Amino acid sequence: MKHLGLVLAAALALPAGAAVAQSAPKGDTVHGKNIFVSYGCYQCHGFQGQGSNAGPKLAPQPLPFDAVDRQLRKPRDRMPVYTHKTVSDQDVADIYAYLLTIPKAKTVAEIPLLK
Amino acid sequence: MADDGARGNVGRRGFLKGAALGGFAAAAAPGISNAQTGVTSPTSPAGVKQQADAAQAAGQDSLRKPGPTPKNVEYTERDEGATYTSCGGDYMVDVLRSLNIEYFAAVPGNTFMGLHEAVINYGMLTAPNLRSITCMHEEASVAMCHGYAKIEGKPMAAMFHTTVGTQHASMAIYNAYADRVPIFMMTGVALEADRRPGAVDWYHDATDGPAMVRDFTKWDDTPTNLRSFGESAVRAWKFAMTPPYGPTLLAVDTQMQEDEIPGGEAKRPPIPKLPSIRPPSGDANTVREIAKLLVAAEHPLIYADRCARTPAGLKMTVELAEVLGAPVVDSGNRMNFPWRHPLNQSRRFGPLRNQADVMLALEPGNPFDLVTAKRAGGELRRALKDGAKSITISSVELMPKGNYQDLQRYAGDVDIAVEADAEATLPYLIEEVKRLMPASRSAYDARAQAHAKAHLDELNRSKQAAVYGWDDGPVSMPRLAMEMYDVMRNEDWSLVSDSNFQSRWPQQLWAADKHYQYIGGQGAAGIGYLTPAGLGAALANQKHGRVSVSVVGDGDLMFGPGCLWTAAHERIPILYIVHNNRAYHMEIMQMQVIANRRNRGIDRLGIACGIDNPNINYAQMAKSMGVYGEGPIENPKDLGPALRRALAVVKKGEPALIDVVSQGR
Repeated sequence: MKHLGLVLAAALALPAGAAVAQSAPKGDTVHGKNIFVSYGCYQCHGFQGQGSNAGPKLAPQPLPFDAVDRQLRKPRDRMPVYTHKTVSDQDVADIYAYLLTIPKAKTVAEIPLLK
Repeated sequence: MADDGARGNVGRRGFLKGAALGGFAAAAAPGISNAQTGVTSPTSPAGVKQQADAAQAAGQDSLRKPGPTPKNVEYTERDEGATYTSCGGDYMVDVLRSLNIEYFAAVPGNTFMGLHEAVINYGMLTAPNLRSITCMHEEASVAMCHGYAKIEGKPMAAMFHTTVGTQHASMAIYNAYADRVPIFMMTGVALEADRRPGAVDWYHDATDGPAMVRDFTKWDDTPTNLRSFGESAVRAWKFAMTPPYGPTLLAVDTQMQEDEIPGGEAKRPPIPKLPSIRPPSGDANTVREIAKLLVAAEHPLIYADRCARTPAGLKMTVELAEVLGAPVVDSGNRMNFPWRHPLNQSRRFGPLRNQADVMLALEPGNPFDLVTAKRAGGELRRALKDGAKSITISSVELMPKGNYQDLQRYAGDVDIAVEADAEATLPYLIEEVKRLMPASRSAYDARAQAHAKAHLDELNRSKQAAVYGWDDGPVSMPRLAMEMYDVMRNEDWSLVSDSNFQSRWPQQLWAADKHYQYIGGQGAAGIGYLTPAGLGAALANQKHGRVSVSVVGDGDLMFGPGCLWTAAHERIPILYIVHNNRAYHMEIMQMQVIANRRNRGIDRLGIACGIDNPNINYAQMAKSMGVYGEGPIENPKDLGPALRRALAVVKKGEPALIDVVSQGR
């Protein structure tokens, strides 16, 4: 039961800061937030996409849309597969749109408990 | 069978007494001793004859053939009228106390009333104190022992019925077995059929009760007289405490517990001597060979699993690492290595293993995973680079058993497997390493400095990762961890729960360097462990004045919520924090994989895995059992003040619970 690695592994393989949000299709952020929960993304990646030991951080500053889409459709490691039957292309666009709305986090210096 | 004559000999002679005792019981006032009344004991041959004569004189023929039990007379082979001042139960208490057993956890049951009463009326009232702890499930009794042993380094006792009790306890026994933890367990059993007066007594009995858990106990026995009980009890303790540690089980005869010591106090059997136990250590030649490899290695790696059995084990692991300047990866199953020690590299296992030329694994629970990696296509390969040496020092394989697969997959790429206790071997290994070290330490110190920098970098990375979702609800795991740490850090604290389901944030961000500050997890990953094991650990911490804190999953808590009552009833100070993600979260992730593979989506998985609709109010549940409760807390800002209020309760010696609506992990 331990050490399950349901991870969005492609995220780990791509260079940090490679986000190219401008190439993503348009999405509905409200719907995206809803299905981020109902489709279970939060289970491993957290409600704010912050990541956990079951899945890496997705937001803020998500990786390029193509990388996220590729990992959903043909996942590496133990990430669940999401085909077009369970998540439409528009759903993926909506989820990605939601990830783009997640604001930048505070810095360590701004959080007294982490100093 | 020296004691046979005085062990309720009538009970072995069929139905006679059951019928006869009715007349006798009516004549003898309860609570008056035989000596006072001058009545011959009905359990003696003379007593039986006396009853038979009385019955015949009354024109009864019930002695000649079986018939219905006389009205208002309980059919029993127990001698209800006899009183005595020495009993088998008291002797058993003395044996347990000779083993330095402090606590006796049980859900009461009639197959062990004889011993349980002795614990309460003799063990708890005379020194050294043996205290009865009332539990609400046998799994809780055993899991309490599990947590207690990991703090105190010795067993406490649990007792339960042979059939229904052992069945309830079995999961906790398996966890303890897989976690290599010593537990002293007993069941009550009526070996003599005549001591099973009613149908329920027969349901509660088995001719070989320990068989049902024999696959995952170290040893069991069914002693048939008091002298044998003494010897078997000391042996059970000895086996439990010889590495690899494990649970042992005695099936203890009801009659032997209940009745007078055969022959009276003058015939009380002696209490067998417990020797000083010396665990097996690696042989000198092999230790020298390993030391030579470690000293010569450019990139040694130490993997510490269940190696720190005692505080000394923790210190020695540190000493070995510091002498070598070698990195240590702590499995998280024990407090093996200080969390903020510069050589702690627990989050860098992968790269360090790839680089290692010698990997020393101390008591690894899963050596296969350490030495094996998967290629992209799933093909297995040796994880260490060519020419690297893989060494294990482990006592686990000194006690191999089949059926249950706790040994994990065979690790074919181990080069040297030392079948010995790691902690017992460390003094010799450290001594040999020191002897072989060259005059100049510069290379070792430089290596240590490089690892110290890596440790600091890792700490900073963890802090950077902790900021995400910090102010959002549900409460994030790093926020929970740091709010906890903020109220605990100035106390003598002990985290009495596993941290895996909190993504190991305590290890990432806290400083801990004492063996009792972390106790690891279940062993066999059986849910229902955290709540009672934390309570047992808190019981051990209580006399040391430590603050015990346990993060329990909502699913785990609901396996044994009765532990909250035990905490209040026994006044065990512990702060429970409910990691309330309102699901069997691990399982919902796993089922998600299956459902999506079948293109069905996960919309309906809550049917199986959700713990909601309705949401459970854990604070109210705690309050209903006399435990201070707060929550549900959804806003992270409310968490710190709630924790401070709860900690104040705990510091007064009472349990408290905070319900935190939290992220999955």
